[in-house]
Amino acid sequence: MIRVVLPAHLRKLAHVEGEVQLDVVGTVTQRSILDALEARYPVLRGTIRDHVTQHRRPFLRFFACEEDLSHELPDTPVPDVVAAGTEAFFIVGAIAGG
Amino acid sequence: MNVRVLVGTRKGGFILTSDAKRQQWDISGPHFAGWEIYHIKGSPADPNRLYASQCSGWFGQMIQRSNDGGKTWEAVGNKFVYDGATGTHQWYDGTSRPWEFKRVWHLEPSLRDPDTVYAGVEDAAIFRSADGGQNWQELPGLRNHESGPKWQPGAGGMCLHTILFDPTDAKRMFIAISAAGAFRTDDGCNTWQPINRGLHSLYIPNPTAEVGHCVHRIAMHRSRPRVLFMQKHWDVMRSDDAGDSWREVSGNLPTDFGFVIDVNTHEPETIYVVPIKSDSEHFPPDGKLSVYRSRTGGNEWEPLTKGLPQRDCYVNVLRDAMAVDAAEPCGVYFGTTGGQVYASPDSGNNWAPIVRDLPAVLSVEVQTLP
Repeated sequence: MIRVVLPAHLRKLAHVEGEVQLDVVGTVTQRSILDALEARYPVLRGTIRDHVTQHRRPFLRFFACEEDLSHELPDTPVPDVVAAGTEAFFIVGAIAGG
Repeated sequence: MNVRVLVGTRKGGFILTSDAKRQQWDISGPHFAGWEIYHIKGSPADPNRLYASQCSGWFGQMIQRSNDGGKTWEAVGNKFVYDGATGTHQWYDGTSRPWEFKRVWHLEPSLRDPDTVYAGVEDAAIFRSADGGQNWQELPGLRNHESGPKWQPGAGGMCLHTILFDPTDAKRMFIAISAAGAFRTDDGCNTWQPINRGLHSLYIPNPTAEVGHCVHRIAMHRSRPRVLFMQKHWDVMRSDDAGDSWREVSGNLPTDFGFVIDVNTHEPETIYVVPIKSDSEHFPPDGKLSVYRSRTGGNEWEPLTKGLPQRDCYVNVLRDAMAVDAAEPCGVYFGTTGGQVYASPDSGNNWAPIVRDLPAVLSVEVQTLP
């Protein structure tokens, strides 16, 4: 079970509280996590990555194990502890703007 | 009869309701707190069907739909993809830049079908949904107009901000883009023609060019769809031939810069603007907030100040932030970047704030309900 922490605005859009827990089939990567997240919560499509290019939106970052994974390739496996559900995968909005 | 005012702000949407007296107001909101609500508009065919453009620099574009007049909402489709080759337009420095979707500025529900709604977007294009906002398709005839590669953004971005239907001709529609100008289709959005003859813009290399004019807003009275009124970057303009030609009607305005323009519901020759000092000083002249009214379709204007701040007022009124109701007498409404929404229940003679401390107001629409 993969644990995902969403920023507050996305939790509200998806009508969830706290962490999201997802089943991810196969190798656990950023892409497979986001695919599973968007399959469970279609309202989040387009809010984290572009509908067409699938590029991460510029003011969002991905963190896990206190590491910034944002610039990892989408198909790079995430750390084992994230794949095992020991550590959460964090989707974080930039502290920017007004 | 009730009146419902739909307000989009920098940090959420608000819905203000009143009875026909328009003196006491109930305020609900913020809806979608923390998000920019560029526009909320109701369907003329089903007033309880509302559409809202919700966006954020972090999370992009959302479209929200309500079937109960804004009590509850559901997110619908947010996939806006340009049709076919993206092509390029001009950037501020004259270099070419690919079209890139940024946000929905304006939603215009069909006059006849609550499930059909048009979206004016940045970078400028028009989209349509025929299933209540679930799926959006670009109507590419506009963006593919031969002048498209020459279009440039205005200071606020290259936005399509005005969509007007001709109530007598389902295939005719008018749109306006900052800073490409005004366009008209007569064949249901397949082809478009620029309608900018008569505009004179000193800030572009050819002041009378076919495209490149920074049109801020166009308004029409439903009974006379060939008569259009325009607030341009500078100049208030009028057309009596569906945009084929324009003439200036700024007349005695203290400044003819501004953003909003609207037409009295019951008097097709009565129009309203809010003069703004200049394109670098986006506030009222002398710190006095005034609506100007012409009862002659332009040229002769009178200031309307009763109830509006007449000192130390330095707010702006953005292009989608004025609307009129259909009550008798006509109610006129506008919102400011200072967060005030002012209403006049008597065609502009007297004004009072409905609310005065909202986030900066981006848009104001009004519904007159049975």
